[in-house]
Amino acid sequence: MNLKVLTMAECMAEGRQPEILFWVGSAGSYDDRAKKITKAFVKLLNAANIDFAVLGTEESCTGDAAKRAGNEFLFQMQAVTNIEVLNAYEVKKIVTACPHSFNTLKNEYPSLGGNYEVLHHTQYLQQLIQEGKLKITNNTFKGKRITFHDPCYLGRANEVYEAPRELLKELGVDLVEMKRHKRTALCCGAGGAQMFKEPEKGDKDVNVLRTEDALQTNPDIIATGCPYCNTMMTDGVKFKEKEADIQVLDVAELLANNQEL
Amino acid sequence: MNYLPNILFAIALVIGIGYFVRNVQKLIRNIKLGKDVDVSDNKSQRLRNMVNIALGQSKMARRPIAGFLHIIVYVGFVIINIEVLEIIIDGLFGTHRIFSGIGSLYGVLIGSFEILAVLVLVSVIVFWLRRNIIKLKRFWNSEMTSWPKNDANYILYFEMVLMSLFLIMNATDTSFQAMDSGNIISQYIAPWFSGFSENSLHLVERTAWWIHILGILVFLNYLYFSKHLHILLAFPNTYYASTKPKGQLDNLESVTKEVMLMMDPNADPFAAPEDTETDDVPEKFGARDVTDLNWTQLLSAYTCTECGRCTSSCPANLTGKKLSPRKIMMDTRDRLEEVGKNIDANKGEFKDDGKQLLGDYITKEELWACTTCNACVEECPISISPLSIIMDMRRYLVMEESAAPVELNNMMTNIENNGAPWPYNQMDRLNWKDE
Repeated sequence: MNLKVLTMAECMAEGRQPEILFWVGSAGSYDDRAKKITKAFVKLLNAANIDFAVLGTEESCTGDAAKRAGNEFLFQMQAVTNIEVLNAYEVKKIVTACPHSFNTLKNEYPSLGGNYEVLHHTQYLQQLIQEGKLKITNNTFKGKRITFHDPCYLGRANEVYEAPRELLKELGVDLVEMKRHKRTALCCGAGGAQMFKEPEKGDKDVNVLRTEDALQTNPDIIATGCPYCNTMMTDGVKFKEKEADIQVLDVAELLANNQEL
Repeated sequence: MNYLPNILFAIALVIGIGYFVRNVQKLIRNIKLGKDVDVSDNKSQRLRNMVNIALGQSKMARRPIAGFLHIIVYVGFVIINIEVLEIIIDGLFGTHRIFSGIGSLYGVLIGSFEILAVLVLVSVIVFWLRRNIIKLKRFWNSEMTSWPKNDANYILYFEMVLMSLFLIMNATDTSFQAMDSGNIISQYIAPWFSGFSENSLHLVERTAWWIHILGILVFLNYLYFSKHLHILLAFPNTYYASTKPKGQLDNLESVTKEVMLMMDPNADPFAAPEDTETDDVPEKFGARDVTDLNWTQLLSAYTCTECGRCTSSCPANLTGKKLSPRKIMMDTRDRLEEVGKNIDANKGEFKDDGKQLLGDYITKEELWACTTCNACVEECPISISPLSIIMDMRRYLVMEESAAPVELNNMMTNIENNGAPWPYNQMDRLNWKDE
C-alpha cells in the first residue's frame, strides 16, 4: 500500500491548510525501527482519511535532547527556527508519535512564540476512534497479554496515562500492568539525552531493569508509545534473549497491524 | 522567692524563642542568597497544592504504612500544641492547668491528647524499628551515614521522650487524676507511682513538666540544624513549587535575548551592547554554586526530609549508578550552610573559600546519570525538584565549561549541522515515505 503523505509546502502550493500537522521527529525520520512507527501511524491516518501534512525537509530537531543535555542555546536556536516555519504555515494543531517532541512543542515552545494544540498520536487515535473515523474491525490481538510501558515524557511529565491504554482495550487485548506503571513507571533509560551516550557506571543498564519489570508480567507483547522507549525495550528483550517470544510494538503499530494496513 | 519558677520559666522561654528567631532570620538570609524567581502566578493552584500536599499530606499516603504513621505523628504534633499553650500560660503566671476551668470539654481535650501521645509513641517506635532493625534500604544509602543517620534517630528519641513525659506528667498530677476526666491513659500509669509520698509525687510531676517544656524549647531550636525543619518549611515549599507540567523546563530568558539577537536579520553584528542591557546580562549560565540557584531551590534544600523516596524511585540509582536525588538536595543544603557560616564569619560578606557546589559536593558523574524522568519529583511528598538543580548544573557544565561527555557533544554538533541528533542530511528527512 502506498503512503499518502503531503508536505506543508505542497499543501500551500494547492492553496489549502491541512487539518493537522504530523510532527515526525528526528527518530521517526531517520531511525530504521522508528520509521516503522511513523509509517504505521501514517497508514492509520490514511485509513481514516485525515487531511494531514508533514514538514518534510523543513522539519528540524525540536531540540529536546540538546536542552536536557544543558545546551539551552542550541535548544532555543532550534526552537526559534522551527517556530518560524510552523508559524509561517499558520499551523494550529500538531500530532506527534514522539513524547519528547510532544512535551517540547506543547510546553516549551509557547514562551518562545510557538502556540499550538499538541497531541500525542495515542490521544489523536483515541479521538479518531471515538469520532468513528477510525474503525477497529479485526481482532488479531484479542486475548494477547500486552503490557504498556509508560514513556516518562508522556506519563509523568504530562499526565497522559489513559489514551494508550484505551486504544489497547479497543483491540480487546489482555492488558497486564507492570508493578511500576503510570506515575511510578520506570524510565526506559533513554530520556534526558541518555539515548546518545553510554550510561554511567552501575550494576546494570536501566533498560534491562525496565525490561525485567515487563517480563514479570509474562507478556506476549510489550507496547510502547515512544520511539526511544521502543529501542530501549527492544534492546532489553534481546539482552534477555526473549526476542523470539516477545515483540516490542508501538501502539500505532498494533492498531495498524490489527487492521492489516 | 515564690516567683522564682515563673522568672526562670520566662527566661527559658525568651532564650528558647529568641535563639529560634535568630536562626530563622539566618535561614531566611541564606535562602535569599538564591536568585530571584517569579512565583506570583497561579495563586489559587499554589494554595490548593499547599493545602492538599502539606496540610492534607496527600502524597505521604502513597506509601501506606509510612503515610499512616506519619499522619498520626503529624496530627499529634499539631493538636498537642494546644497543651503547650496551657503549659506556657501556667509557667508564666504560676497557675495550674488554667484551661481546666472550661469544664468537661477539658477532659475531652486532654483525653484525646493522651490517646494521641500513645499513638505517636507507637508510630515513632515503628519508625525507629524500620530505620534501625528492619534497615529499609533507602535509609542505609551511602549518603545516610553519620549526621543524617543520627539526626533521624535523635528526632525519634526526642519524640519518644516528649510523649512519655507528657503521660508521666499527667499520671503524677494528683489533682488532675482526682478530676477523673481526660485521664484515659494516664490513669493506668498512675498506679506505677502508688508507693510515692505526696511530696515525691509532686516532685516527679514538676520534673516531668519542666523537662517536657524545656525539651520542647530545645527541640524547637534543634529544627534549624536538622532535617526536621520540614515541619515548618513543607508549607512554603509546596506553595512555591512549580505548577507547570513536570516535563516543562524553563526557557532561560537570558539565552532568549541572545538567540533573538542572533536570529534578527536587522541586527548590527558589530554593535556594542547597550549600557542599559549590561545589567541584565547574568554572570553565568546555569549553576555552579548555591548562589546561582534560585531561592525556591534553596528553600527546597532546607525543606528536604531525607526520606529517600526520590532516590528509591530513581532509575539511575536503582541500577547502581552514583546519582541519588536525595544527595543532590543534601549537598545543596550542606553547601548553603557552609556559605552562610562563611558570611557570618566575615562580617556579612562572602569570602571566596575555593569551594563550590559543582565538583566539591556534586560530581559530574552524578549529573550525567540523570534521565530527567521526573520519578524523583513525582515521589517527593513535599514537592521538591532535585531535577531542576541537576538541570541548572548541566547547563553550567555545557554552556560555561563546554564539559559535556564527548558523545553528547557529537549529538549537539549533529543537531547544529543537520537538524537531527544523528549525522544524516536534513534533505533525507522524508525518505521514509518511499522506503
